[in-house]
Amino acid sequence: MLHNLFIGELAERLVKRQISSVELTRHFLSRIERLNPALNAFITLTAERALEDAAAADARLGKGEKGPLLGIPLIHKDIFCTSGVKTSCGSRMLDNFVAPYDATVVARLKGAGTVMLGKSNMDEFAMGSSNETSYYGPVRNPWDISKVPGGSSGGSAAATAARLAPVATGTDTGGSIRQPAALTGVTGLKPTYGRVSRYGMIAFASSLDQAGVFARCAGDAAAVLQAMAGFDPRDSTSVDVPVPDYSKALGAPLKGLKIGLLREFFDGLEPRNAALIEEALNIYTGLGAETREVSLPRLPLSVPTYYVVAPAECSSNLSRFDGVRFGYRCKDPKDLLDLYKRSRGEGFGAEVKRRIMTGTYVLSAGYFDAYYLKAQKARRMITDDFRAAFEKVDLVIGPTTPTPAFDIGAKMNDPVLMYLNDIYTIGANLAGLPGVSVPCGFVDGLPMGLQLIGPHFAEAKLLNAAHQYQQATDWHKHAPRGYE
Amino acid sequence: MNNWEVVIGLEIHAQLATKSKIFSGSATAYGAPPNTQADLVDLAYPGVLPVLNARAVQMAVKFGLAIDATVARRSVFARKNYFYPDLPKGYQISQYELPVVARGTLKVMLDDGSVKTVGITRAHLEEDAGKSLHEGLPHATGIDLNRAGTPLLEIVSEPDMRSAKEAVAYMKKIHTLVRYLEICDGNMQEGSFRCDANVSVRPKGEEKFGTRAEIKNLNSFRFVEKAIQYEVARQVELIESGGKVVQETRLYDSDKDETRSMRSKEEANDYRYFPDPDLLPVVVDEMFIEAVRATLPELPDQKAARFAKDFALSAYDAGVLSASRELGAYFEAVIAGLGASHAKLAANWVMGELSSALNRDNIDIANSKVNPRALTGLLKRIVDETISGKIAKEVFEAMWSEGKAADAIIEAKGLRQITDSSAIEGVIDSVIAANPKQLADYRSGKDKLFGFFVGQVMKATGGKANPAQLNELLKTKLGGGNA
Repeated sequence: MLHNLFIGELAERLVKRQISSVELTRHFLSRIERLNPALNAFITLTAERALEDAAAADARLGKGEKGPLLGIPLIHKDIFCTSGVKTSCGSRMLDNFVAPYDATVVARLKGAGTVMLGKSNMDEFAMGSSNETSYYGPVRNPWDISKVPGGSSGGSAAATAARLAPVATGTDTGGSIRQPAALTGVTGLKPTYGRVSRYGMIAFASSLDQAGVFARCAGDAAAVLQAMAGFDPRDSTSVDVPVPDYSKALGAPLKGLKIGLLREFFDGLEPRNAALIEEALNIYTGLGAETREVSLPRLPLSVPTYYVVAPAECSSNLSRFDGVRFGYRCKDPKDLLDLYKRSRGEGFGAEVKRRIMTGTYVLSAGYFDAYYLKAQKARRMITDDFRAAFEKVDLVIGPTTPTPAFDIGAKMNDPVLMYLNDIYTIGANLAGLPGVSVPCGFVDGLPMGLQLIGPHFAEAKLLNAAHQYQQATDWHKHAPRGYE
Repeated sequence: MNNWEVVIGLEIHAQLATKSKIFSGSATAYGAPPNTQADLVDLAYPGVLPVLNARAVQMAVKFGLAIDATVARRSVFARKNYFYPDLPKGYQISQYELPVVARGTLKVMLDDGSVKTVGITRAHLEEDAGKSLHEGLPHATGIDLNRAGTPLLEIVSEPDMRSAKEAVAYMKKIHTLVRYLEICDGNMQEGSFRCDANVSVRPKGEEKFGTRAEIKNLNSFRFVEKAIQYEVARQVELIESGGKVVQETRLYDSDKDETRSMRSKEEANDYRYFPDPDLLPVVVDEMFIEAVRATLPELPDQKAARFAKDFALSAYDAGVLSASRELGAYFEAVIAGLGASHAKLAANWVMGELSSALNRDNIDIANSKVNPRALTGLLKRIVDETISGKIAKEVFEAMWSEGKAADAIIEAKGLRQITDSSAIEGVIDSVIAANPKQLADYRSGKDKLFGFFVGQVMKATGGKANPAQLNELLKTKLGGGNA
């Protein structure tokens, strides 16, 4: 079936005119129509526009144009501004917001000939690890609809796992691509901070946010990253480093690759989860890689550090949502203060408010040094630990999450328990490193992820390591029942 | 009052003369219809990001070099967080802990001719906010974001000024400097150059500063002086009557000539400054600094020193003539035509007739109705004694209103000076003959009547008699007196 093909195969059929982009698009649109109601993976469907985009791609194909993404359907996380299309960021605050411009990621992928099927559901302003904080309701995990898909990019992950699109974009501030990728059994890549432009991506925590991709294999992720990556003069934090040919890098043998096992990741790891990682290590050893243990002694500071830095930045980033120029405005404000208080009080959900308050607190006079400055120091230490590790090894490896997908509602009343979901993913964000999660087996019938983290701008190496693993295994080919 | 010492520090906001805003591509031109110069970045739309305008950094560095300050190799933009409708992002991007310019000094000449060195703590880059509009909008407030994101250089002085006059002299010097450097148009009506004044008083001899009040948004030199004077009087009166000055922000009301409390420190915002994660630290290297240094013009102090030395002018004259680049250039153009030996004459005319005509008609020197060449033409006629200085003023007025050359006016109006002794003698004789009583009085000791005779002769000659010759001849003719 078409929806089980990887985009390399789809692109070949498109180029050979064995199938048109319009047909391919219709195929996915009909799957969405049939399967999405149980999943709630979308906030906005853009069927009409998708068919127009597909027709345009077909015209380009008809002229003999080729491209790895030309005519390929995808889904954008609803955090990316899409011109003329509602961009809600999962929030009531932006339920009425139609973006007047395209994010750089959206523009680049559009230029590459992709077809946007719609905008995916997400945790409100990307704050959450279960996709339960969305104003549009929780997304359900296609492996078990009583479970969460992870978050914040839960819609993109669930849709990719359910084969509602071959690929989807996401963003990862503390694990928001890798964690849901792990919990839904797909491949999720978070590039190096600065590799992909943040322009047009609604900010949560500016120094941590990075756009990335969900795909069903590392090769597909490489093709999408290729189109997304690169310096953008409109984002001062994007880095002007040449973009290598990621797809070409996928052939390299792993012989001699030094993989570090993160000791801190294995301490106290659930035995079945640990067993899956052990098994993956055996695969890598079989492929010629060398493994050794490395320690990042300050990595356990990641979660508390993150929950100071990210809220601090978000408390400021979200100040622009004030009911004055766009977005939600309360009814009949009696004065300016009332306008601010009620627009924000009614427009934001509980988790967003919690983080704004936390962030406001840690930046306040008298607390700034104790929290914000200390967190910045801890962040430098964690980065230093990674740097030291990468002097000894090429990549580090560990689990993506401590547990498989949990029940919807299970952790909503315990923020700290929820935050601990990101215990293995946050380090890469704090250090700005690229990370990828690939499916590595099942616990209780639910998919688990293997996480690889590399040095800055080592996406090619990372994707190749993931690709080689997927050549030797077939975990990434498993489809949830009912979505095969 | 005499027992109190006044302590003043100024925070001057100079709008940098960049074509586009500091973090967006929108134009900065003044006076456009509301919100026509605000793009998505200025409106703080979701997802947009700031990109630093390198020209603004160049201008700040230029200022730093001009005041011999430390130019920070690495400076950092921070967010100043507060809610206000004309602040679209909910924070202002400014520099906080690490400003681009630190520790400079400025020499300021005071009215008595003495020179005071004022310390400049720092100068940092920041963006301006928009404007709230109330006029013509009943029950509503309009927001104009044209100004939002306009680059400002905030220049913070040490509390070194000891009187309102010193503060004004310092502010004028900064005003001169930023225009010399062409980094700010200095237009105070349009708000391109404005300041906040921190004012406190302390008993003379006391080392500890008194509690200060900050007077916000003063946009004329006169207001700065009056506001400080009012504030000083208020604080002294308050303390002397047993009260205490509270640290607060005050506004100056120019109509009532008083300052009023705006908000006290207790209700002040906690701005929660932190480094802006959307912007990288600004790193300037030696090459960048040297490239900026190469663009530095001759600075006001340098020009004044040169004028004083090359043209033998007093420090005061040299200071006035170098107060703006345009004025200095005008003066030098006149000297070029007239010769340095007549510099004092040129200086008197530029600072006198020319400046008052410019002030009277409120036009700037670049658009002067008498250009340097025309003025040189006029002054040459004084030098060669074709006309007297007094007649020259009449000629100048005609030049100003008719736009003609000096010679043409002198000829057309027959203003050429009478230097023929016999002609002057003839007039003197008839004046003496017509005024026998005054002659008698003069001869009996009323020396002051000499002026009367000068006046009568001048009147009869239409002011054209050569004054030196007239004096000489009149003395002889009147004789008998003590003159």
